[in-house]
Amino acid sequence: MFEWWNAYVWPWLAPVWPVLVVLAQSVLLLVILLIAIAYIIYADRKIWAAVQIRRGPNVVGPWGLLQSFADLIKFAVKEPVIPSGANKGIFLLAPFVTCVLALAAWAVIPVSEEWVIANINVGILYIFAISSLGVYGIIMAGWASNSKYPFLAALRSAAQMVSYEVSIGFVIITVLLLVGSLNLSEIVTAQDGPYGMFSWFWLPLLPMFVIFFVSALAETNRPPFDLVEAESELVAGFMVEYGSTPYLMLMLGEYTAIATMCAMGTIMFLGGWLPPFPIPPFTWVPGVVWFVLKCLFMFFLFAMAKAIVPRYRYDQLMRLGWKVFLPASMAMVAIVAGVLQYTGLAPK
Amino acid sequence: MIVYALFFYLFASVCIASAVMVVASKNPVHSVLFLILAFVNASGLFVLMGAEFLAMILIVVYVGAVAVLFLFVVMMLDVDFAELRQGFIQYLPVGALVGIVFLAELLLVVGAWTIAPAITESVAAPIPPFYSVTNTEALGQVLYTRYVYFFQAAGLILLVAMIGAIVLTLRHKPNVKRQDISQQVSRTRDEAIEVVKVRPGQGLS
Repeated sequence: MFEWWNAYVWPWLAPVWPVLVVLAQSVLLLVILLIAIAYIIYADRKIWAAVQIRRGPNVVGPWGLLQSFADLIKFAVKEPVIPSGANKGIFLLAPFVTCVLALAAWAVIPVSEEWVIANINVGILYIFAISSLGVYGIIMAGWASNSKYPFLAALRSAAQMVSYEVSIGFVIITVLLLVGSLNLSEIVTAQDGPYGMFSWFWLPLLPMFVIFFVSALAETNRPPFDLVEAESELVAGFMVEYGSTPYLMLMLGEYTAIATMCAMGTIMFLGGWLPPFPIPPFTWVPGVVWFVLKCLFMFFLFAMAKAIVPRYRYDQLMRLGWKVFLPASMAMVAIVAGVLQYTGLAPK
Repeated sequence: MIVYALFFYLFASVCIASAVMVVASKNPVHSVLFLILAFVNASGLFVLMGAEFLAMILIVVYVGAVAVLFLFVVMMLDVDFAELRQGFIQYLPVGALVGIVFLAELLLVVGAWTIAPAITESVAAPIPPFYSVTNTEALGQVLYTRYVYFFQAAGLILLVAMIGAIVLTLRHKPNVKRQDISQQVSRTRDEAIEVVKVRPGQGLS
């Protein structure tokens, strides 16, 4: 049995073996991620309902826990409708682009000390690049639908996402100034200190954490910045013409992008997999648990913002991005760099 | 190594094919999308060469910002595709000429490639091995020391271009109501409302 394996199969398998390992790891991460997304959507609806004193989804499964899976089956078995005036190829490509790009970002995210699929040196830049590509899904969907409301939404989103990327870029730069590396694992280990959660970057960089959080809301088109799908003026924005599986993929991409932003905030400001206090009862818990808890905390903030804050007007959105966040974050870059230089705290 | 070669041929062939499709496709929006595909594959080639920082910057700058504006403009334009295709044969000789000149220049550059004679003197300061210095650090060490003036000059050129673009497009329109946030915020109760006692049957005079 093994002789046959060694003689005929292994010589062919050996060169591609690392690829197969990475493939298996990716599939594992994707499955866990997709199940997590299903419960993130459930959590989003439950939190929203609780704020409005409603019950939220509570019918499918105990406490409505299987609601997301019921929705999935419903979307998957429905008939996909493609408008006759639509540009068919791009219309169907757009949900794939949204979904694949959002999922691709998770390849570099370290969920625990050694648990990362690709520990690349430019990890944070990779996530930034991938999340900046998310705008293509929306532009393509909006244009290919060949209809007024989706097209307006596409134009809005292009301006909105490009604007808020700029301030996210500056937030990343300030974090990099403190760390001295673009590697995500090194960003987390740089926050490891004797004071536990008070050594994490959210405290010294508190203004940047706020800017990052608001920009992340705008970048993922979450309320109060969901002008891309403002239902009172644009019906459902760029998703008007979509239904069944393509719609499901757009939705999945959107929530995965939100999860990515939560993970990014966790890594840059909340110390990734580090325990909140570096003393025994906390250090016994595996790092991945802390990572997930922190991501969930970030997502809770996202969900509360959706439930509490009314939608911005478009000109106010642009003003906030260009006239408030851009100067503020640029000033912070200069201040942080200056302080690091003159106190000699800059990483070597 | 086989995997490396496979990925190289994958990226290279898709890159060339999509570059051809940029020129050949009938719909300008498809052209821009193929251009984006070419960019992404080029950055894949950068990653294979070990230039990860350049690869990511290519994506962030060209795909994430420049190509978005391209796509934006092309979508907004109402282009008559049939009319656009008409001059294809007419412009073919010019295009071919430009292509041939460019190819000839490239061949000349590659053919005349020599290693600088002074390079032997640099052996005293050898290039550090790639695993001890990351890509980003290596770029920074050169960019901010040896080429700092060129770097500053490039920054100035970009600044001038930016100011130029603003000057060309900025128009002060009269009679436009603008929102002044500081004025709105600094408004007090006394300025904003007036409490009056209205007697029945008389109203406000």
